[in-house]
This record gives sequence, C-alpha cells and structure tokens, in this order.
Amino acid sequence: MKLLWFHLMPYTDLPSDFKQKHASVWVDIDPALFDPAKANGMYNDFLDELEFAAEVGFDGVCVNEHHSNGYGLMPSPNLIAATLTRRTRDAAICVLGNSLALYNPPIRVAEEFAMLDCMSGGRLIAGFPVGTPMDTCYAYGMNPSQLRERYHEAHDLIVRAWSASEPFTWHGRFNQLRYVNPWPRPVQRPHPPIWIPGGGSIETWQWCAQLDYVYTYLSYFGYKQGEATMRGFWGEMQRLGKDANPFRAGFLQFVGVAETRKEALELYAEPAQYFYERCLHVDSRWAAPPGYASEATQRARVKSQVVAAAERASGGDAYARPGFEDIVSKGYVIIGSADEVAEQLREVAINLNVGQLMLLLQFGNMSKDLAFYNTELFAKRVAPQLRGLFEDEWENRWWPRPLPAAARSSARELRR
Amino acid sequence: MSGLREHALRLHGESVRVWEKGAGRTVGVLGGLLGFPRWTPFLDALAGRHHVVVPSLPGHPGGGDFRRLDDLADFVTATLDLLDAADLEGADFVGLGPGATLAAECAAFSRTAVGKLVLVAPFGLFDASDPVADLWARRADEQAATFSARPEAFARESLAPPPGADETEHRITQTRALEAAARLLWPTGDRGLAKRLHRVRSETLLVWGERDAIVPPSYAKRFADAISGGTQTRILPGAGHSVDFDAPEALAAAIEEFLGD
Repeated sequence: MKLLWFHLMPYTDLPSDFKQKHASVWVDIDPALFDPAKANGMYNDFLDELEFAAEVGFDGVCVNEHHSNGYGLMPSPNLIAATLTRRTRDAAICVLGNSLALYNPPIRVAEEFAMLDCMSGGRLIAGFPVGTPMDTCYAYGMNPSQLRERYHEAHDLIVRAWSASEPFTWHGRFNQLRYVNPWPRPVQRPHPPIWIPGGGSIETWQWCAQLDYVYTYLSYFGYKQGEATMRGFWGEMQRLGKDANPFRAGFLQFVGVAETRKEALELYAEPAQYFYERCLHVDSRWAAPPGYASEATQRARVKSQVVAAAERASGGDAYARPGFEDIVSKGYVIIGSADEVAEQLREVAINLNVGQLMLLLQFGNMSKDLAFYNTELFAKRVAPQLRGLFEDEWENRWWPRPLPAAARSSARELRR
Repeated sequence: MSGLREHALRLHGESVRVWEKGAGRTVGVLGGLLGFPRWTPFLDALAGRHHVVVPSLPGHPGGGDFRRLDDLADFVTATLDLLDAADLEGADFVGLGPGATLAAECAAFSRTAVGKLVLVAPFGLFDASDPVADLWARRADEQAATFSARPEAFARESLAPPPGADETEHRITQTRALEAAARLLWPTGDRGLAKRLHRVRSETLLVWGERDAIVPPSYAKRFADAISGGTQTRILPGAGHSVDFDAPEALAAAIEEFLGD
C-alpha cells in the first residue's frame, strides 16, 4: 500500500477563547488574528515537515486548497508543491487539489500541473476537488447553482488540453477559448494520475468509476465515520462491475504515535483539541448554499461531513466539538504506541479496502518538534508493518510514472 | 379555492403550470423566493377585483427547468417567452422579490412586455454602504426570520411541509426555488439592472415591508430615482421581506388602489 503524508497547514496561534469570541474559522474569520511574522515561521515549519516526511520515506506528500480559512493556509497549493519539487527527490507530490471551477480559464490548472510534473520529473498526482461551499461559493463567490457544471466543463477542458496532439478551439458552455495549447506539457502521458476528493455523493463514485480515477475521502472524523462512505463506494463499484482494487480508493486518517499509549495521550491531547475545538469552529451559515448538493444527493440523504455535523451541533456551529475522550474512542485520531497504531491502521486499510492511505501527522497547533517525532516514529516503526499490503494481489495503476531516477534532474546543493 | 383554474402550457418542450382566478383587469403575478407552492391569501385577495394570472417561473413549483439558463439574457428570454405563452404580453404585473427583478428586467428590455408594474422588494441593485443581506448564508433556524416579520407563522405555514407531503421532496422543491434565485442573483443580486432601469417607462408602484431583513426599504428610493416612468412608493408597517405573506390584505389593497379597475 502507499503511505502519504498530508498537511492542512493550520494557523497554529488561534487564541484559546477563539470559539467563544469568534463566529467562524472560515470565510469571515477575523483578519486581526493573522500575524504575518508568525506565519513566516509557520510556513517554514510546515515546509520542513513535508520535506522531512519525504526524507524519512513516505511514498508521497499531500497538499490541498482552502480559502479564507484558519486551518488551511494554502490558498495556492501549487506554490507549496513547487517548492517541494526542488526539495524532495522520489516522493510523489500529491496536490489534492485545485478546485477546478475557481480557475479562470481552467487551462491555468493544466499549465501549472504540467509545470509541477516537469519540475518534479513526473512525480505529480493531480487532485481535482469540487471544493467546499466555504471555499467556492462564499470565499470565491462562485454561484452554487453553476459550480458543478463549471467543474465538469473545466475537467473536460483540462484533460483534453493535456491529451491533444495539436492546438484546438474550446467552445464550451462557460469557457470559449480560440487557442488551447498549454506549454509546458506533463511528463506523464497522457496525463498525471487523477484523484478526486469526494464527500460521499453517489454521482462522484460513478464518475470516478467511469473515468477510472481514484476516489479519496478526506475524513476529519476518522475511520469509524468514514466506513459508511467507503462501503457505499465499494458497493457502487461492485454494482458497476469494477474490480475491488484497493488502490482505487484513498482515505485520510489523523494519527499520533509515541513510545507508549500513555505518552501518546499526553503528547497529542492538546493539538487534537486545538484542531477539533478551534480549527473546526465553522459557522453553519456556510454549510449548504442552494444547489451545492445535487437533488440526487439530497434524495439519497447523503450529507457532507460539514452539513451532518452542523445538524448534530448546537449553537450554530457547523462541526461538533468532541472532547478528547471522544476524539480517541471514536477514532477521529488514532493514538497509541507504534504497534497499536500499526494494528489499527492495518484494520482500517483492510476494512475500508483502501490502498492509498493518507496520514495527518501534524494537526492543530502541533509543534514542529512533535510533528517530526510523530513522523519519524511512524516512518520507522509503523510504516514497515503496513508495507506490502495489497501489493501482491493488486496493481496500483494510479501512481505517478516518473522519469527514471538517473534521467531526472533536481536542485543543485546550495553553497552557503 | 372556488374559481381557481389551473392549466399547463407547453414551453420549450416542458409543461408549465398557470393559475388563474377572478375577473376584471388582468394582472400577472411573478413569484418570490419560494415561488407559489400553493394558492395564497394574497393571491385570493388580489383576485377579488382582478383577473389574476400566475405563471410559474423556471425553478419555481410548477415551473420549467432553470438549469439551462446561464446568464441574465437567458433568464429574461425565458421570462418573456413565458409571458407570451401565457398570453400576458402588455398586461400589468406584480413581481415579488426575484420575480420583481425579472419583471423590471422584462420592462427594461421590452417596452411592450409590461403595462403597469408593481415591484415588491425587488433585488437587482446593490449599495455596499447599505448592503442587501446575504440571504443564502443563514443558519437553518434563522431562515424564517430572514423571510418574514412573522417567523413562527412563516415557518409553520410556508416552510414546513404540508400535512401528508413527503418531507424530502418538499425540501428539494424549496431548495430548487432558492437555487433558481441564486442562479439569477448570486452573490449580491446586481446583474447590471442599474444600467437599464432608465428604460423602464411603466408607471410603477414600489412596495416594501418596513421590516424587510433582506433588501432594506431604503432601496425603494434608489429604484424610484432610476425608473423613468412615474413611481409611487408604499412602505407597509410591520411586514418583512415576504410582504405577500406578512400583509396580504394591505398589499392587495395597495395594488388595487394603484392599478384601478
């Protein structure tokens, strides 16, 4: 199986009374809380953590896109990925991803992803999320009634732009481009592997099956809550006659490893509580603009984790705010010694049938030192217990195909 | 409702619901944010002295597909086609909320489409110093008070599913109407109407609920200043954005007084 190290890049200095004094971490978060001097440290710590993860042997590093968001400081994941192409050698660079409808014209994504694929020598995984309502409809003003139509047109345009052997005219419903001819073009032909982060709608499962893309569920609430979604996904694959290749699926899990369970509980309580109490303090006003969820999804009563949590929570807060006991007992964060974590993750991977496992090993206000400790322990003592899973039986057809290492160029060593 | 007639007209391959009631001078009514899921006391009051015709707008209950409409030109064309098909060209019109916006747009684009015009809390202008509220960024428990100055009654009579109705389908119908409004108006409601309002030469009555929590009543003056036809303004005390729900008799009386017989 593949193990990928995922960063959300949370602002690590939200005040302790954030949830009492502020309405939301997202969309209308108080600009006065942002200290650019502190952010200078955060970005450099976060980049160190991603680079370290690649160094200690994670198969890939993942970045994602959020806007006006106190737990996601990557409005442009492509900028972060660009620095990673220079400071990592073999790890896959997974941009999960670019919210296609927000890029105008959408060939911008074809261009920037092709740049990243060339710079990295073919190590890019291209993630195409629709994007949350907060990011797309509120922070970026996208019309919720057109978001998915624009997303699908953008997808078709980008894939054709990567695949076409000559310039073409795009006469679409939302985009008209007389000359489509992106330079550069991706190393991986016809294009990098495409992964789709989804929230559990049946249409997305069907679309992934039809186009042979990886479906990823980025769960903030662990494998127990993710189980229903992944069961739904696999049921639909079976119905559509697709094989049960676990590499069709990705799943995100928060993890905290230490020498003992007791030590892990002590070390990870604060950053976990910071994440669930402050980072997920999202006002439910932003959860459900009309048209964001399709009518089929409404009929299937599939709710995004944001909307579902909004209905569970009281006081207008979109996400439930669990105590640390719940965070651990409900599996939001898998916490324990290396052996305990390995055993649980093995069970998660097998039960959910997930071959592309993404780990969140820095969360909340976790310091760089602790993130390094968590990452290194995972790489040395957990990862070896998971390696090889599924690989005898299944081929991972959704992994980057880089240039041979000897033919791949990279950054020169700095002299200073 | 005795005397209420319903028929379906065919438009662009779709079936569209039209309601009619009453006798006298014809007045077309274009629905508000939720459309007309049912015949209402306001429509009934208006039908006391007029021949009321209610064609369902795209996305509203009984209306056609709105997701084929991509921009303002599409929305105005679809509305003009609907008015033609319902034999309403040149009639007097009452528009509510987004329906008022479309009525004003039709009047601006086609000087023969509309006779007298009643605009009830129209969207379409936006002044950042006195902004139209973001009606789509509301918590579920704030929705009724956003729409109405009588939130408990509005929640019970307008938002909740009628007895025996399928709750999921009811919510989907409501969300569809709100999505149609969003498709036309997201995110501020301004589609450039300010540049066209001078072309509205209809005699126009502007009506606002004094307690409109979405479009401030101060927008009445902005509309009145821009429209070329003669305008009158009525601010109805105690009413919110859904003037037709909050003050059905007072609204019908104001319209009757303005339209005459």
